[in-house]
Amino acid sequence: MTTPQEKKPAKPERATHRREPEVPVAPAALDERGKALAAILPQVFSGLDVQISAAMDEVVLAAKPQDVPAVCRIAKEDPRLDFDYLRCLSVVDYIERLEVDYHLFSLDKRHKMVVKTSVPPDAANVPTVSGVWRGADWYEREGHDLFGVVFDGHPNLRPLLLYEGFEGHPGRKSFLFHEYDEW
Amino acid sequence: MVNIQTQASNQDSLQAVDMMLNLGPQHPSTHGVFRLVLWLDGERIVRAEPHIGYLHRGSEKLCEREDYTQIITLFDRLDYVANLNGELAFCMAAEKLMGLEVPDRAWYVRSILCELNRIASHMLFYGVYGLDTGAMTPILYGFRERERIVLLFEAVTGARMMHNFIRVGGVKQDLPEDFVQRVNKLTDELKRGIEECDQLLTNSELFLARTKGVGSIDGPTARDYGCTGPVLRASGVKEDVRVSEPYGIYDRFEFGIPVGSNGDCWDRYYIRVEEMRQSLSIIEQAVKQMEPGPIQAKVRRIARPPKGEAYVRTESPRGDFAVFLVSDGGDKPYRVKVRAPSFANLQSITHMLRDAYIADAVVILGSIDIILGEVDR
Amino acid sequence: MTALEGLFYGLGAAGLLVFLSGTVMVLTWLERKALARIQLRMGPMRVGPHGTLQPIADVAKLMTKEDITPSWADKRVFWLAPAALLMPALLVWVTIPMARDLVLRNLDMGLFYVIAVSVLSVMGLVMAGWGSANKYAMLGGLRAVGALISYEIPFILAVLGVAMLSQSMDITRIVDDQRSIAYIIVQPLGLFLFLVAGLAELGRTPFDIHHAESEVVGGPFVEYSGAHWAAFMLAEYINTFTVAALVVLLFLGGWRWPAMPGDGALHTLLSLIWFLTKTYFVILAIFWIRGTFPRLRIDQLMAFAWKVLVPLAFVNILLTGLVLYYDLGWWVLTILSLLSLAAAFYIIFGRYGSRAERMTVRVYSTRELGLKPAVRPQAAPPPDGSPVQVDKAPAAGA
Repeated sequence: MTTPQEKKPAKPERATHRREPEVPVAPAALDERGKALAAILPQVFSGLDVQISAAMDEVVLAAKPQDVPAVCRIAKEDPRLDFDYLRCLSVVDYIERLEVDYHLFSLDKRHKMVVKTSVPPDAANVPTVSGVWRGADWYEREGHDLFGVVFDGHPNLRPLLLYEGFEGHPGRKSFLFHEYDEW
Repeated sequence: MVNIQTQASNQDSLQAVDMMLNLGPQHPSTHGVFRLVLWLDGERIVRAEPHIGYLHRGSEKLCEREDYTQIITLFDRLDYVANLNGELAFCMAAEKLMGLEVPDRAWYVRSILCELNRIASHMLFYGVYGLDTGAMTPILYGFRERERIVLLFEAVTGARMMHNFIRVGGVKQDLPEDFVQRVNKLTDELKRGIEECDQLLTNSELFLARTKGVGSIDGPTARDYGCTGPVLRASGVKEDVRVSEPYGIYDRFEFGIPVGSNGDCWDRYYIRVEEMRQSLSIIEQAVKQMEPGPIQAKVRRIARPPKGEAYVRTESPRGDFAVFLVSDGGDKPYRVKVRAPSFANLQSITHMLRDAYIADAVVILGSIDIILGEVDR
Repeated sequence: MTALEGLFYGLGAAGLLVFLSGTVMVLTWLERKALARIQLRMGPMRVGPHGTLQPIADVAKLMTKEDITPSWADKRVFWLAPAALLMPALLVWVTIPMARDLVLRNLDMGLFYVIAVSVLSVMGLVMAGWGSANKYAMLGGLRAVGALISYEIPFILAVLGVAMLSQSMDITRIVDDQRSIAYIIVQPLGLFLFLVAGLAELGRTPFDIHHAESEVVGGPFVEYSGAHWAAFMLAEYINTFTVAALVVLLFLGGWRWPAMPGDGALHTLLSLIWFLTKTYFVILAIFWIRGTFPRLRIDQLMAFAWKVLVPLAFVNILLTGLVLYYDLGWWVLTILSLLSLAAAFYIIFGRYGSRAERMTVRVYSTRELGLKPAVRPQAAPPPDGSPVQVDKAPAAGA
């Protein structure tokens, strides 16, 4: 089976991405709940090496990959945070690193937070959080499928969306589209 | 197949083995191409393993090579029963990044259409759920009501299903002139239709026998699995994105959120029936409040949102439909991640299927109301 | 047996076969039309006026279709199964009278014969299920065994009640005994038992678990196509007609019409018409049930047979016996029967309590859940500029 990665690009790559010379950055503006959350976060995670910032209306907490399960466990079980709902678990490929984002939400307190962690693409290992939220199971399998992030300790990292034996990680930027011109 | 015939003949002593049954991907009750592998002890389910991915089209990756207007058509095809709700989520994410103020009238148009789409989607669920439990009549009543809504959609957007109508910063075009009369007539018809559907199925003794206490899931477990929408609300969790993270103009309406208490199939079913009534009430309020005005914010023809990440949640008929949009400032998104409600809800099926019968498996799967388009993306 | 008798039976059997096949064609059309009526549809409309020729088109289609044998199938069993189902369905009609003299051979133990032969049909379903070498088919076949054997008991016990009333198992005598009063009035409970158990025997909604399309995808018939599938359908519809005919004969007074005019051939013809009219009404009721109800689950089906129908059937026999022994009037039995029927309905429909009790969904208003109502801005200001630079004035809807 040939994957698109092995194909030599027949044409010079199209300039697919047009960008302004100077890119504006979307401003961060936390709402009241976000501000209150950002204020208590340093106390809650005092023992761990985390950076707290804000992006758009979300509180961002950057953690080291190996700290992720501990951070998530605290986030779920600490009564001040009570993040009982994993909104989404997504992987973003920034070419030089893979970022895993855990979007959290508290159904009772109605505040939200993002936990971010980055791993190098050639050794993308993140401990699993499927023990913290059962819902993380399929998201992690999907992340493994499409981006090749290995979630250590996951009970069942078989392909979910792709078929068994598919080679490559189609979510990554290095996985090229088929070469055809749309009109 | 080899199993059942050789096991009996080849072995000296008859040995009981669990029968493996492949429910799907070509099974009439799997609502698309979903495969559920069941291990059966007689009629009882011992173990269940869901398999998805038969409809994986790589929509998220495709978004990375289309510009913001083109992507809307891809979102039509994720949740292909509630197309407008999908479009809305993506446009809201782009608007959030760009900091756009969407005009009032555009929001009213969006809300009316999305709530109509919710009713259409629930009507489809209602009919198909009747089929799942073995009643063949409800689907035709459900489709009659859905057809009325779809005809209105055709008048507004030009398409029955793949509308491509909601735009970043507004909507494609203004409503037709007779829209208010048509929608008023429609709500009257739908009101009668919903009551008729309710009477046809809800309180049938056999339907109650098939759904009450079947496939129950409690609140904490449902949260743990990340269930949202009717599946979560049936378990007694009072959560609706329109209330917990209000978006658009939903705070201008008074409506109800039905919440169940048992988390069983009947609760999940009835919550949807009740939601149809609430959606009708929202539509009626919106039509009264709507005023003429612009329908599109000023957006450059090729939108280039600033660099950043936006995560937007909306309440689609199936639950929390969210879009995680990462932009690097270009005319195409850097990464789009769709948080599909069916995807998370479907995970909980292994929990719901414990100790169920085969017939229950079909009823439970139906009650989750999955759309494979958004599960597999 | 003389040659004349042989000729009579031969022609009679052929005539019966033709009559039953014709009936089945009418029934398929009638079922589709009746269901369509319930379901806001037209039903078949294209072939002939109101689709009346549709059954003929169906037959032509089924006969010309390819007959597929699955490669794993147990071929002898697979091909014998349709015959095993069709034979008993036809044999039953040897002794079912359609008018006083319109019967192939009236047997003294007619009712006994009918029950004994009809039980055989379960064999065909099991053979089809096993022979197809398909798990869905096998599940369906096994479900059929479970359901049919369980419902055989209330079915037989309900028949027994009738046999007690008329002190006979001869169907013609049973009909004659209803000349003044039909057994539906004497024994409403018996009719209920017989009809419900009969529906289960037929595998019709709400007891159609063995070919439930949404679960076992057609059950035993899933691998059949063409003429063999047609044979199954023929048997199914003949059985439906049989049960409806038995309901008419045993409970609705058969062909008897108070003060039937004429005698001889005219009498027989009128009797036949009257009998068929009644039968088709019963069949329409069966179709109506099919268009209305969901399906039961197998455990509920079994529980209903053993916990509701069988005890009720014994109550029915007991009451009939008491009334007959003490020689009370038939109206005593009517009242007692109605009372037990009411008690049964109370148990069945009271299971989930009143509507208020079963309503587990509560509607919370958005304010209750903490959504602050917004003050609507009066005359919203026009959107003046966005953070992104505008390089072209966009037309609305560009």
